[in-house]
Amino acid sequence: MSANMVALAYLVASVFFILALKGLSSPESARRGNMFGILGMVIAVSTTMTLTENWTLIVGCIAIGAVIGTIIAKRVQMTAMPELVAFMHSLVGLAAVFIAIAAINNPVSFGLPEVLPTGSKLELFLGTFIGAMTWSGSVIAFLKLSGRMSGTPIVFTGQHMLNLLLAIVMIGFGLWFFFSETTNWTAFIVMTAIAFLLGFLIIIPIGGADMPVVISMLNSYSGWAAAGIGFSLGNPMLIIAGSLVGSSGAILSYIMCKAMNRPFLSVILGGFGSDGGAAVADDGTQKTYRSGSADDAAFLMGNADSVIIIPGYGLAVARAQHAVKELAEMLQEKGVNVRFAIHPVAGRMPGHMNVLLAEAEIPYEQVLEMDEINSDFPNTDVVLVLGANDVVNPAANVPGSPIYGMPILEAQKARTVMVVKRSMGVGYAGLDNDLFYMDKTMMIFGDAKKVVESMVKAV
Amino acid sequence: MIGDVDPLIINLTIFVLAIFVGYHVVWNVTPALHTPLMSVTNAISSIIIVGAMLAAGPAEMDWGVWLGAVAVTLAAVNVFGGFLVSQRMLEMFKKKDKKGSA
Repeated sequence: MSANMVALAYLVASVFFILALKGLSSPESARRGNMFGILGMVIAVSTTMTLTENWTLIVGCIAIGAVIGTIIAKRVQMTAMPELVAFMHSLVGLAAVFIAIAAINNPVSFGLPEVLPTGSKLELFLGTFIGAMTWSGSVIAFLKLSGRMSGTPIVFTGQHMLNLLLAIVMIGFGLWFFFSETTNWTAFIVMTAIAFLLGFLIIIPIGGADMPVVISMLNSYSGWAAAGIGFSLGNPMLIIAGSLVGSSGAILSYIMCKAMNRPFLSVILGGFGSDGGAAVADDGTQKTYRSGSADDAAFLMGNADSVIIIPGYGLAVARAQHAVKELAEMLQEKGVNVRFAIHPVAGRMPGHMNVLLAEAEIPYEQVLEMDEINSDFPNTDVVLVLGANDVVNPAANVPGSPIYGMPILEAQKARTVMVVKRSMGVGYAGLDNDLFYMDKTMMIFGDAKKVVESMVKAV
Repeated sequence: MIGDVDPLIINLTIFVLAIFVGYHVVWNVTPALHTPLMSVTNAISSIIIVGAMLAAGPAEMDWGVWLGAVAVTLAAVNVFGGFLVSQRMLEMFKKKDKKGSA
């Protein structure tokens, strides 16, 4: 295939990638969008095939990857999506590093000059550095999300100074690499090792509930890594696809930060929040709350005209989505208007709750975003909060509170509030939630799934 | 004229324009589909498989080729895993004909 034909095929693939993202603007067109993405990838891979000589090796490797990827995609639980996405980001990062190393080893196979010009070295460095950070950062994110590592931030004194120092040292080795006449492996390897280390160090201080931001940021990194490799190989398709992914991840991080009303830098520097501890009465007085049983709650909901359910991370942990669907259906049969309210940062990744509810076959028309539903709370009989805390904390309206200014779901405005929680423990922000102590609030303690199942029986 | 331009500048042009396209397309994505958006973009970022294939391409086998082969495998896991899991999720967002819905 001539170089022009290859370039044209790559252009077609790039257009398909854009169409893939465009398709996601509505659930109706989303599946077609995904098909466009697959088509683009098929065109890109088969075109590249004509440029290679080791067909057996490459086809074999793709086949192995295909089997592993297919098994993972078929078996993964929907509640485990955040860690799956983190895991997949790590693969892109590691692949980018390997490609860069191979390119430095044998530039000719990539159509680069035998002796790498400084410009190509810079681009390879960027691709490697971002790829290495994506890999190690995603590994930590994966461990935290899958519960193999505590979500509590790991902080120590001088942390940020250490990171800064490492970054400077890394750039120093980078400069040595750029200005060496021959291929300076020592500089390159040290540089890559520091990048790996930085990836770990940057993610460890970030707590569990800030993961939506982290995972979006790593999503963005994996795109920039692809774009960086695209620059070094002079391949516009990689640049286009990488930039699409890079900007997508960046926008998601922005949306998540805005939904927490915290500056991006504060999230990334970490050290905020914990896995949740005991409620501390800050004014010394014991506040009283009312607790009830699942049966009482079911009775109240059954007699209500309208119910809004607010799911949170607790729903994902308890895998209660199917039980919730059953509850919603039973209530609907009794003529109750049941809707779901989703806070942008509920769960551990953007859109986490929507996917879980969709898995339980709850029609997406009943699932509303914060802005769509917030004005309806004052006219709602019952709000059922399932494993959510900070996103319904009225402290967000109190100046001086750590979460002041964060947009919340205004559950406190409903006529009755029911909160299903494991204990009176504080949420991620480490704050007591006044919602739990209101006269109209009933606390129901227990595992979200078990509580909802008993509600289903009682309705 | 265009022949005199450094390829880096041309790539930079493409890069900047692609970011704009990405910016506008992604803001139109409905928040309910943000998780599938992440898995689709993740699959798309495994386009670096193209670079991995070039690394694994030369007939003369050295360690660089093997490194490329590993990268092809890693990226292929992502291509298949990413697109298939997206497909699985998006199937769930189909409109359902529900009985008894209000």
